[in-house]
Amino acid sequence: MENITVKINGAEISVPKGTTVLEAAHMAGIEIPTLCYMKKINEIGACRICVTEVNEGRGFRLVAGCVYPCSNNMEIRTNSAKVMESRKKTLELMLSTHDKKCLSCVRSGNCELQKLCRDYGIEDTEVYAGARNEYKIDDSAVHMYRDNNKCILCRRCVAVCSNVQGIGVIGANERGFRTYIGSAFDMGLGETSCVSCGQCIAVCPVGAIAEKDYTKQVLAEIADPEKMVIVQTAPAVRAGLGECFGLPIGTNVEGKMVSALRKLGFDKVFDTNFSADLTIMEESHEFLDRVQNGGVLPMITSCSPGWVKYCEHYFPEMTENLSTCKSPQQMFGAVAKTYYAEKLGIDPKNMVVVSIMPCTAKKFETGRDNQNASGYPDVDYALTTRELGRMIERAGINFHALADDTFDEPLGIYTGAGVIFGATGGVMEAALRTAVYELTGESPVDFPELRGTDGIKEATYTVGDKEIKVAVASGLLNAKTVLEKVRNGEADYQFIEIMGCPGGCVNGGGQPQQPASVRNFTDIRAERAKVLYDIDSNKPVRQSHENPAIKAVYEEYFGEPGSHKAHEVLHTKYVKRSIN
Amino acid sequence: MDTAKNSVAFSGTPEQEAQLLEFIKEKKDDKGALMPILQKAQAIYGYLPIEVQKIISDNTGISLEKIYGVVTFYAQFSLYPKGEHTISVCLGTACYVKGSGEIFEKLQEMLGISDGECTEDGKFSLEACRCIGACGLAPVLTVGEDVYGRLTVEDIDHIIAKYA
Amino acid sequence: MKTLKELRTVRKMMEGELALRTHGNAHSKYEKHVLVCGGTGCTSSGSPKVIEKLEQEFEAKGLTDKIQIVKTGCFGLCELGPIMIVYPEGTFYSRVNIDEIPRIVDEHLIGGNPVKEFLYSETVEGDNIKALDETPFYSKQKRIALRNCGVINPEDINEYIGRDGYKALGEVLTEMTPEEVIQTILDSGLRGRGGAGFPTGMKWRLARTIVPDADIKYVCCNADEGDPGAFMDRSVLEGDPHVLIEAMTIAGYAIGASQGYVYVRAEYPIAVERLTIAIKQAREAGMLGNDIFGTGFNFDIDLRLGAGAFVCGEETALMTSIEGNRGEPRPRPPFPAEKGLYQKPSVLNNVETYANIPQIILNGAKWFASMGTEKSKGTKVFALGGKIHNTGLVEVPMGTTLREVIEEIGGGIPNGKKFKAAQTGGPSGGCIPAEHFDIPIDFDNLIGIGSMMGSGGLIVMDEDNCMVDIAKFFLEFTVDESCGKCSPCRIGTKRMYEILDKITKGKGTMEDLDKLEELCYHIKSNSLCGLGQTAPNPVLSTLRYFRDEYIAHVVEKRCPAGVCKDLLHFEVIKDKCFGCGLCARHCPADAITQTDYTAPGKKKPAYQIDKEKCIKCGACIGTCKFKAIINK
Repeated sequence: MENITVKINGAEISVPKGTTVLEAAHMAGIEIPTLCYMKKINEIGACRICVTEVNEGRGFRLVAGCVYPCSNNMEIRTNSAKVMESRKKTLELMLSTHDKKCLSCVRSGNCELQKLCRDYGIEDTEVYAGARNEYKIDDSAVHMYRDNNKCILCRRCVAVCSNVQGIGVIGANERGFRTYIGSAFDMGLGETSCVSCGQCIAVCPVGAIAEKDYTKQVLAEIADPEKMVIVQTAPAVRAGLGECFGLPIGTNVEGKMVSALRKLGFDKVFDTNFSADLTIMEESHEFLDRVQNGGVLPMITSCSPGWVKYCEHYFPEMTENLSTCKSPQQMFGAVAKTYYAEKLGIDPKNMVVVSIMPCTAKKFETGRDNQNASGYPDVDYALTTRELGRMIERAGINFHALADDTFDEPLGIYTGAGVIFGATGGVMEAALRTAVYELTGESPVDFPELRGTDGIKEATYTVGDKEIKVAVASGLLNAKTVLEKVRNGEADYQFIEIMGCPGGCVNGGGQPQQPASVRNFTDIRAERAKVLYDIDSNKPVRQSHENPAIKAVYEEYFGEPGSHKAHEVLHTKYVKRSIN
Repeated sequence: MDTAKNSVAFSGTPEQEAQLLEFIKEKKDDKGALMPILQKAQAIYGYLPIEVQKIISDNTGISLEKIYGVVTFYAQFSLYPKGEHTISVCLGTACYVKGSGEIFEKLQEMLGISDGECTEDGKFSLEACRCIGACGLAPVLTVGEDVYGRLTVEDIDHIIAKYA
Repeated sequence: MKTLKELRTVRKMMEGELALRTHGNAHSKYEKHVLVCGGTGCTSSGSPKVIEKLEQEFEAKGLTDKIQIVKTGCFGLCELGPIMIVYPEGTFYSRVNIDEIPRIVDEHLIGGNPVKEFLYSETVEGDNIKALDETPFYSKQKRIALRNCGVINPEDINEYIGRDGYKALGEVLTEMTPEEVIQTILDSGLRGRGGAGFPTGMKWRLARTIVPDADIKYVCCNADEGDPGAFMDRSVLEGDPHVLIEAMTIAGYAIGASQGYVYVRAEYPIAVERLTIAIKQAREAGMLGNDIFGTGFNFDIDLRLGAGAFVCGEETALMTSIEGNRGEPRPRPPFPAEKGLYQKPSVLNNVETYANIPQIILNGAKWFASMGTEKSKGTKVFALGGKIHNTGLVEVPMGTTLREVIEEIGGGIPNGKKFKAAQTGGPSGGCIPAEHFDIPIDFDNLIGIGSMMGSGGLIVMDEDNCMVDIAKFFLEFTVDESCGKCSPCRIGTKRMYEILDKITKGKGTMEDLDKLEELCYHIKSNSLCGLGQTAPNPVLSTLRYFRDEYIAHVVEKRCPAGVCKDLLHFEVIKDKCFGCGLCARHCPADAITQTDYTAPGKKKPAYQIDKEKCIKCGACIGTCKFKAIINK
C-alpha cells in the first residue's frame, strides 16, 4: 500500500494512505482522546473530543481526528493550546448536561468521561450550567438499567445494538438539545425485544448503562448459615477478571479467581467448564440423533442466552432448530441441585447456586421457564465478571497477592473441551471432538478452521462415511446472515454454533469494560480467547467424554446421554416471542 | 399538557390500514422508502401513533425504534392527532421582525395551549412554522388551507371566531 | 417528442405565442395574454379567485377565444399580490380585488384603456403608463435564474420550450462531451447558490473523476429551502420547474449519473405539485427517461419530500434523509463527490444554481463570467423581506451594493423609520449595519463583514428591531433545528440561547458577554457540520456591530429598541393625558389608575401606571388616541 508522510507535532512519520489522524498519532506514540469513536462500528465524529489541528496547506483548523484521513504532507498538532482549550470546553459543555453524581456511580474510577476531566484539568464543572433534561431511570429489563441522566450521547450503545447486533431496540430519539437515547415510544427496555446481550453496557464510556447488581443479595446468602452457597465460573471469566485489577488483557487468573471466591465465603467453588463438558455429551448426542433419525437440521447451539432470546424474537420459526440442551450455566445448577444435592443429602431448597458469567443475558436466563429441574430455580444468581470484581474489591482482598487455588471436586473437574466454550467456535470444536469419536472412534482435538475472531466461519468435515457441514457465527448480525442463508435454502449446514456476542463469551456483555482507547487498537476478543486455547492445549484431557467427573455423573445418575432422566434435568423448551 | 395531547384513543379503520399496506407493498423495495411511507401514513391517519408505526415496522422489517427515531426527528411528523383546525403561525425571520412572535403569544394565551398542542375540545392545534414563503404578506398565519396575512394582534380574535 | 427536430418545431410554434409577453409583436392566437401570479404569495392573497373571476367574466363576455389567461409563477413583487399583468401592453395591476375585475375587463381588455386607479402606482406617471420592467424594482434587475418566472405557465412544457427550454440539453447531449460541459461550468465561474459558494464545476469534476470505476452515481437537488425568510428556490420551482429538470439532466450527463433526486420542502405544496407535473410532462416528452434525444443517455428524476428539518439543507444530512434516516450530517471527508447518496459519488446543488446552468450552456461561459465581481460571477436572487417597501424577489448581478438593493429596488424603509441592519444568510449569516451599505454584495465580501450569502434571504430591520432580540431569535431557531449529534452544537447553542435570554431579561452580566463570545468561537470551530459552524454568526455579527445595544441591556438594563419586554416600562406622559380612561379599561392587570393631577388645558385628571402591577402587555399603548403612553 502507498505510504504518505505527515508531520505530527513537528515530527515526521510515514503512514499508509487512508490512515486517520487518530491512527497516525497512535503510531507516533500520541493518544488522541475519543468518546464516540469505535473503529468500524461507530465512526460518526460526533463527540468532538478528538478535535485536532491539521494544516493541509490552507492553515490550521480543527478536525475530528478519529475519522479525518491523513493527506500527504499534512501537519498535525495534537497538543496545541487551541486543541487543549477546545477539548476542555467541549467537556465543560458535556458536564452541563450530565448529573455528575460520580460518588454513587458504578463507573467511578473507570469512567472515560471522568478520566478526561482529570486529564484536561476541569476545575469548575458548572461553567456552562444551564437547563438539563431530566430522565427517569429505565430499570424495566431483568439484566440492566439505563440512566440517561449520565448519558453523553456518544451513541456507542446504539451502534453496537444496531450495527453489530442488528437489533436496534435503542436509538436516538427527538433532536437537538432534546435528543436522548431510548426505545420507541419510551417503552421500557424490558418491553422491547432487547435480547439482554449487554454489549451496550460493555461499550458505554460512562455509567449510563449498567447491569443490575446482585452482589448485595449474594453476600446476604453467603452470610445465611442455613444456606449452602455454591458458585460456578464460566470459562471466559478467568480470561477477563484480571482486567478489573489492572492486569494486562489476556491474563489467565483462574487460580487467583478460585482463591478469591473461597475468601468471599462460597461453600464450594465449582466450574461451569464441568457443565460445558456435560453439555457436549448431551448436545453431540442430540446432534447425532438428529442426523441419524431425521430430526430438524441444522441443529443450532443453545448455550448463549442472548442468542436464544434473539432466535425467539426474530426467527421464531427456527426455535425448532435450537438444541434442547440447557446452557452450561443452567445444566450446572440443575446437576448441583439434583445429583450433587442428593449425593450430599441436602435439600435443594437450602442450596444457593451463584454463577459468575461474562454475560448479562445469563441474568435473564435464570428466570426462564423450564429451568428448575429440582423444583427450585437451577441458578439463583447470575453475576457478571464485573460484579465479582467489585465483590473482591469490597471485601478488601488483595487480588494480586492471592495464591493460585484449584476448583472443588467433582463439579470443578473439566477438560480442554469445556474451557474453549468461551470463545467463538469453541462449542463446535468441543462437540466435534466428541461426535467424531462417537462416529469413528478417532480422537482429533484440533479444528483450526473453527478458531479465530471472524464473525462467520464455515467448514466441512468428512467423518466416517458422513460429510458434516458446520457454521460458526458470533455477533447477532452475523447470526442473522447465516440464518437467512439457511432460511432461503442457500446453505445446507447440519450444525451451527451461534454466540450472541462478537468473539463469543470472552467478549460478553458482562466482561470488564475497556475504554475506547484500548478497544480501538487491541482486539480484546483475540487476546482473551488465547487464554482459553492455551488452557485447552495444556490440559491432559481435551475431550468432554473423557472427563472422569462427567463419566461418574452418567454412571451414577443419568445413565446415557439423552436418557429420560437427562431430558428431565438437562433439557429445556423455547417460546416464540414478538418483535418490539 | 400531556393529557390534552394523549387523550384521543387510536381509531384507525381497516380501510386506512389496507391503504397503508398497499402503499408499503409498492414502496417496500425502494431505497429510502421509510420517509415516503411515513408521509403517506400521516396523510392517511393524520398522525403516527404506535399502532401505525407498528404496522410500518412489521411490514418493512425496519425496527420500531428506528422508525420512532425518524418520526421524532422531523418536525412534520406528529405522534398526536391534530385538532379540527390547525393554526400555524409563521415564525420565519421576515414575519418575526414584523411581529409574528406577539401573534403567536396571543394565540397561546387565547387557546391555552402551546406549540404542537391541541385544545381539549379537539378544535384547534397550534404550531409555529418556519416560513411558508409568503414573506410578502408578513406576518402570516394559516388556519388549515386559509392564509391570513399582514396581521396585527388585534386581528386574531376575529379570525379564531370564524372557526370556533 | 423524441428528436431535436421535433423540439425545434415546438419551439418555433411557441416562440410566436410567447413573444407577445416580451416584445409585443407576435403571431399569437390571442389578442392579449392576462398573466396572473400563481406563486405562494399571490395564492395566499387570493389569486385563484382572481383567475376564477376572470374566467367567469370571459365566459360571459365572449372573450375566451380572444384572451388567454396564464397562471404563472412568482413575479417577485409579493408585497403587491395578487398580481395581474396584461400583455402586450405589459400593464401591471397590483393587489387585485375581484370586485375590480369587471371594470378591468370592460374598460381595459375590451375597451383598451387600462384602469389607472388599479394599476401599481409606480407604473403610473400622469397620463403615462410604464411597463413593469421600467419600474425601479425591475429595471435594476438582471434575470437569469428567474428569467421564466412570471413569464410562462409552469404547468405547460411547451411554454418552457418556447423560451429555449431543453435547447441546452439538446446541445449538451449531441454536441458536447461531459468534460466540455464541466469545463464550461468551471469557466463560467458559477458558485453554489445554496450558501457556501463552492465552485459548481469543481464539484461536478470531482464527482465525475474521483471514483473512476463507480457503477452508480447520483445527481441531487437541494430544494429544502430552510432559511426562514428566503423563498427564491420555491419561486423557481413554482414558476419554472422545467429548468431544474433540464439542468439536473445536464449534470447527470456531465458526471455520469442516470438518477436524480429532488429533495423538496413539504411546506411547499404548490412547488411539489408543479414539479410533479413537470416531471410527468418531461417523461412524456422524452426529456427524461431512456435514450433522451436518441443519444442513448438515460436519466430520470424522483422527488423526495423533506419533513421539516433545517439541518437537511446540509449536504450529507440531506442525503442521509433521502436514505430514510434521521437527517443527521456525516463527517466529511469523504465528500459526497466520493461517497454521497447510498455511498455513491453524488453531486448536490441547490435550485438556483441549477437554474443558471441551461443559460450558461446556451450563452457560453464568457457571457456568464462577464457579470458579477472578480470571484463571484453571474447574478444572485434575493428574497427581500422585513421592514422594506417592496417585499419580494429580486435578481441582481453580483456586486450590486446593499444600498441599491434596499433603497432603489426595495424602495427603502416604510413609515419613515431608520435603517438599522440587513440580515443575510439566515440563521447562518449575520446582520450588516449601515456602515457597510455600499459594499458590493458577493460571496467573499459578505464573509468578510461577518455575514454570508446563504441562500439569499435579505431581511431588513429598522430602528424598532432589537439586535439582541434578533440574535436570540436566530439562536432559538438553531437550538430547535440542531440535529443533536455533535456536542458543541447540541449543548453549546442551547447555552448561547440561555445567555441571550438572560440578557434580554435584564439579568445578564459583562462576564456573560465574554462567555457568549467564547462559546461562539468554540462552536464555530468545533462543530461537525455547517449548521453548527455558522450558528454563532448572528450573535458574532451583532456583537461586532451592535455591541452598544448588548451593553445597554446588560449595564443599563435597557432595550434601546423597546422590544425586550422585561426591560420595558410603560409610562403615561401626564401632560399629554386627557384622562379619558380608555387605557385603564383595557388594562388586563388593573395597573392603571387615575391621579389627581390635571394637566394644563385638559379637563380630567391624568392616569398613571403602577410598575409593580404592569405586565408589559402593551395593550394601553394601542388604545391611547393621544400618544400619551410610551414605553422605554
